[in-house]
Amino acid sequence: RELSSESNIYIYCFNILVFVTLQQRDPMLKRDGFEDILEERRNSSDLKYALRCYAPVLYKGVTPCKANMLKNIVLQSDQLHYVINQVSQESGEAPDIIQEEASVILEEMAHRLQISTVRFFAFALSKAFKTLFQHVCVNEEGIQRLQQAIQEHPVVLLPSHRSYMDFLLMSYILYTYDLALPVIAAGMDFMGMKFVGEMLRMSGAFFIRRSFGGDKLYWAVFSEYVKTMLRNGFAPIEFFLEGTRSRTCKSLTPKLGLLNIVIEPFFKGEVFDVNLVPVSISYERILEESLYARELLGVPKPKESTSGLLKARRILSEDYGSIHVYFGQPVSVRSLAQGKVNRSTYNLFPRHIPRKPMEETQSFVNDTAYRIVRLQEDNMVLKPWVLMASLLLQNLEGLELSVLTEQTVWLRGLALSYAAFLDWPDHAPTAKVVSSSLALHRGLACVSGGRVSLVVGEPLGPVTPEEALFNRAVSVLSCASYRNQVLHVFLRPAMLAVAMLHLSDEVYNCFSFLWDMFSNDFILCPGDIVQDFEEACYLLVKTGAVQMPQQDIVMTDIGQPTLSFFNGLLEPFLQGYQVVCRYLCEEASEGLTEKQYIPAVRSFYSVLCVFTGNLRCYEVLSSDMQKNALAALLRMDAVRKVKVADQVTLIVNKMAVNSIDDILGKNRMISHINQTQISPGLSLVAVAEDLYRDGLTPSYIR
Amino acid sequence: MGRSSVRVLAAATITMTLTSTVCFPRQEIMKWNGWGYSDSKFLFNKKGQAEFTGKRYSILGMVLPSLQDWFENTFGASVNHKSPATPALNASAVPPASLNEAFVEDLKATGIPFSHEAEDRVFRAHGHCLHEIFALREGKKFERVPDMVVWPNCHNDVVKIVELACKHNVCLIPYGGGTSVTSALECPPEETRCIVSLDTSQMNRILWIDEKNLVAHVEAGIIGQDLERLLNESGYCTGHEPDSMEFSSLGGWVATRASGMKKNVYGNIEDLVIHIKVVTPRGVIEKSCQGPRMSTGPDIHHFILGSEGTLGVVTEVTMKIRPIPEYQKYGSVVFPNFEAGVACLREVAKQRCAPASIRLMDNEQFQFGHALKPQVSSIFTNFVEGLKKFYITKFKGFDPHQLVVATLLFEGDRERVLQHEKQVYDIAATFGGLAAGEDNGQRGYILTFVIAYLRDLGMDYYVVAESFETSVPWDRVLDLCRNVKERINRECKERGVQFQPLTSCRVTQTYDAGACVYFYFAFNYRGLADPVHTYERVEHAAREEILANGGSLSHHHGVGKLRKEWMKESISSLGVGMLQSVKDYVDPDNIFGNRNLL
Repeated sequence: RELSSESNIYIYCFNILVFVTLQQRDPMLKRDGFEDILEERRNSSDLKYALRCYAPVLYKGVTPCKANMLKNIVLQSDQLHYVINQVSQESGEAPDIIQEEASVILEEMAHRLQISTVRFFAFALSKAFKTLFQHVCVNEEGIQRLQQAIQEHPVVLLPSHRSYMDFLLMSYILYTYDLALPVIAAGMDFMGMKFVGEMLRMSGAFFIRRSFGGDKLYWAVFSEYVKTMLRNGFAPIEFFLEGTRSRTCKSLTPKLGLLNIVIEPFFKGEVFDVNLVPVSISYERILEESLYARELLGVPKPKESTSGLLKARRILSEDYGSIHVYFGQPVSVRSLAQGKVNRSTYNLFPRHIPRKPMEETQSFVNDTAYRIVRLQEDNMVLKPWVLMASLLLQNLEGLELSVLTEQTVWLRGLALSYAAFLDWPDHAPTAKVVSSSLALHRGLACVSGGRVSLVVGEPLGPVTPEEALFNRAVSVLSCASYRNQVLHVFLRPAMLAVAMLHLSDEVYNCFSFLWDMFSNDFILCPGDIVQDFEEACYLLVKTGAVQMPQQDIVMTDIGQPTLSFFNGLLEPFLQGYQVVCRYLCEEASEGLTEKQYIPAVRSFYSVLCVFTGNLRCYEVLSSDMQKNALAALLRMDAVRKVKVADQVTLIVNKMAVNSIDDILGKNRMISHINQTQISPGLSLVAVAEDLYRDGLTPSYIR
Repeated sequence: MGRSSVRVLAAATITMTLTSTVCFPRQEIMKWNGWGYSDSKFLFNKKGQAEFTGKRYSILGMVLPSLQDWFENTFGASVNHKSPATPALNASAVPPASLNEAFVEDLKATGIPFSHEAEDRVFRAHGHCLHEIFALREGKKFERVPDMVVWPNCHNDVVKIVELACKHNVCLIPYGGGTSVTSALECPPEETRCIVSLDTSQMNRILWIDEKNLVAHVEAGIIGQDLERLLNESGYCTGHEPDSMEFSSLGGWVATRASGMKKNVYGNIEDLVIHIKVVTPRGVIEKSCQGPRMSTGPDIHHFILGSEGTLGVVTEVTMKIRPIPEYQKYGSVVFPNFEAGVACLREVAKQRCAPASIRLMDNEQFQFGHALKPQVSSIFTNFVEGLKKFYITKFKGFDPHQLVVATLLFEGDRERVLQHEKQVYDIAATFGGLAAGEDNGQRGYILTFVIAYLRDLGMDYYVVAESFETSVPWDRVLDLCRNVKERINRECKERGVQFQPLTSCRVTQTYDAGACVYFYFAFNYRGLADPVHTYERVEHAAREEILANGGSLSHHHGVGKLRKEWMKESISSLGVGMLQSVKDYVDPDNIFGNRNLL
């Protein structure tokens, strides 16, 4: 396909950049090996382990700081005093009353790390882990790097967040390796669990309110508390960049608040450097698997309660496979900021007065956050099941076991050549790998009559079409949470594949449209669009799926399956966004509020689906996809938010939404034609067009 | 302690020598490739003990038994690994003088002495930056040195020289004491005109003393120690004592905005000068009266102070003088750590009760100072020393690897000095400081004068060293010191320095709003192909770190050519433009072409 002159310039640079890209990506291939820390637990006394001598090395040999002393440092800090006086002047309240308030906030927030509690957890978790998991694998070289980093600089641990288990697991591992225990930023919702909340507090958690937008005092106490710990290097600070557990197993767009707080002391010269350590925690089976699917479908998440946790004991009887925890290379904020942020701009303002970060700093922090999340993604361990789930989702009506096996082997090769961190059992026959994966995930897929298909929960008694749809969606979304784990490996070439299968527009333009459209759904670093395009080209060329003679990108014959697979991989997203567009164009009422949006899209789809009976775009029922689609449309100015009274109303620019829908629609048609082999799913547009032809307008359906 | 016993400076001989000779070979009594007097130097004697030769300083002839250990342990150096300097100047390494014949002819007619001997020219081609001294020691070929040296005897001589320079388009570089550490004396290699070094050393008289107003009118070529000595004879002093005062000149102080150790009592150079006379290509700049303060637009003195020889030659200065203080007393305080010491200095500054000098040395410098303790002969002194050490480290629990020491110098009438002393010690006590005696204090100040000699010793054994300084707001002092040291350590590692470098700092001046911080940095360069380049990259990084941490480009060393690249960042491009327009007006043909500052 011909490229425009604009793209020619790009192509010119391409050959040079391929080499650069290659160099950039390749070091990641050198990954550390893993050690199973449960092995020793199975062979020696847990009690002894819990009571053993624990004497971690600290940052430059500082003496650990008692929780109370820490509180005093914070309460006496210039930073806090400044804000207390400011709030006092604004509110007319006496400073000592505000000071008292600050003290209460701090009391509510602060951790009370106690080694005895940690020992209790060490004991209890040993027991629990041995029951739940086959292996808990850790890269010991990463641990050594971390140990070194902790001594040299303040360290911030940034684990991925997929499960409640994450932070207990982190502390457990650090205790196991005799490393300094982190203090962990946790959401206030944990505090609802009275006893457990306090236990967590005593194992190093500190609690922050989910939202405290305009509360200056709260912000001041919170940021000073975190910075005090960081500046003095009392303990590594741990928080989740993603802000919350990812219910979809895709990495979430990073939140910047805490990252800003931990980076600022470097800009202000209060510390020489800060080391950010990305940690990738991969679960072979996530404890919250079906819980998440239900949550995404709008069944409200159960409130965290102690009794709820006890009920969850049921899960103790199941096999959750293994966990892999990969401690990434520490990232020096100093090196990252070199040439990007001029620290001397901080010279002209007293350091204890809180200030909004400068634009330069903001974009640096944003960039850093994305970079770290990508590093987390890179080191996520993928299991064979992840590949199988990707294939099954493109064949919802089921697959012959032999075909699945064959395609899994093919996909494995593809994933490996794209540097996926695949944990494929050594020396095991493929059939065995496939069957044991199916066994572990028997709740999601089953084999009957030599065919593999998704398991759909069968409720007792008669079901309404809506209930049937809901049940089907639960199993699809659960399965999708595994497919999602591999998306970061394939995302860029997959977007290029979709762009190439698109007839009417230029490849790069189409790619950048998709890139922009999906930047809430996936981790696409702002401004990296050209680089991502290059990476996509490089990877597709590398596997022979396309050739790039001179200035063209040409699909090869052997590339057909790859491109089709990629197209099918993104299909649910394209479909989902399109359903949202259709809804907004054709169905959304004038005063649609933000609150009504999600249930409305859901029912729009349900009705559409129940009537036609064979729509397969279950993922659009996920609130996650709906929110991301809306965010994309907001970003593209196709939808605006207007605040009326205390309601936020969505104003739809139908023309704009329609044209976005058009682009997605063309995509869909093409992919439908090209994809019959692997994913013979009916396209929504085709169905919808049929409906219209029959004179059934959506309003009539309703 | 009375003041007679405390003078650590060398007895002055330069002036004597110079006034009696027609040609002015300073290099006869001063090293041509190192610091200070030729007869004064450190060496390791046959027993491996350090000694200081010569009779000029109070530590003369003493054996310093711990210096070798300290030296070897700190740098990983060995007295067996020598890196000796080339013994004498190789005349073939000096480019031939390219003279402007017409200028020389006219100059001859004035009768002002001049020379184009290689030794005279090389001596005035450099200051005391590491790379300059290192190149001399290595016998490297010089790219550009002055083509001739002139010795004006008075203001009018300078007027004549500048007129001739303008007439014949000759480049002039004023030369005072030659103690620059900013590459300010280096000849711009791209300069194609004849370069004339204008040596002010013969303009060294005190022209008059006005006891009514307590000012003295002095020729700008006078060297610091001569000025003090001559004024002392009349019962006065200026109190301006920069660490280089043995060799630096009054004109040089004005041209670089110098700062003296006792500025807390006497002020820095800008506080001390009442009137300045400068010869520029456009003529002579001076004010019409000696009013102590004026509101007559921007102070024109401030165009001259810090102009670094780019506008003209400072010929005469009227400066404040004070009666010699009746009483002087050294003192010292040890603190458990640097943080406590800085907090104490900050409090002293806040209460505005700083003694004439107060300096805080970090632990590295404290240990360095200890290594310079002379051999004690009596068992009793030994015993007392041991007891003191026991008291501080064991009884008071100070960690010998953390403790720091502040050195103090009080001046005034006896009663007030004692009162003042008590006030300062009381403040120190609230920060955990313990009085540590006069000797420790005095030794701290001796260190200042001999440290430059020690650099030469280091260079004999593969160790390069340099110092640099900055000024910084109080709240950033600790952060800056820590970050700069860390940056140096890290840069050295990254640049392949095989041995742990020595990084040390001290707070040398206190102000209401901040402090002056002075860094020493040294490393063993064995195994490095180009130690000077490595050193320069590290210093560059350290300066960037200073600026990023809220420190200034310079407190008193100046900018020269070494730090020019940061001027825009420091004073904004508009500020540079303002300075440039002054330069363009005063010296449109760039006669004063040393290319410092801008």
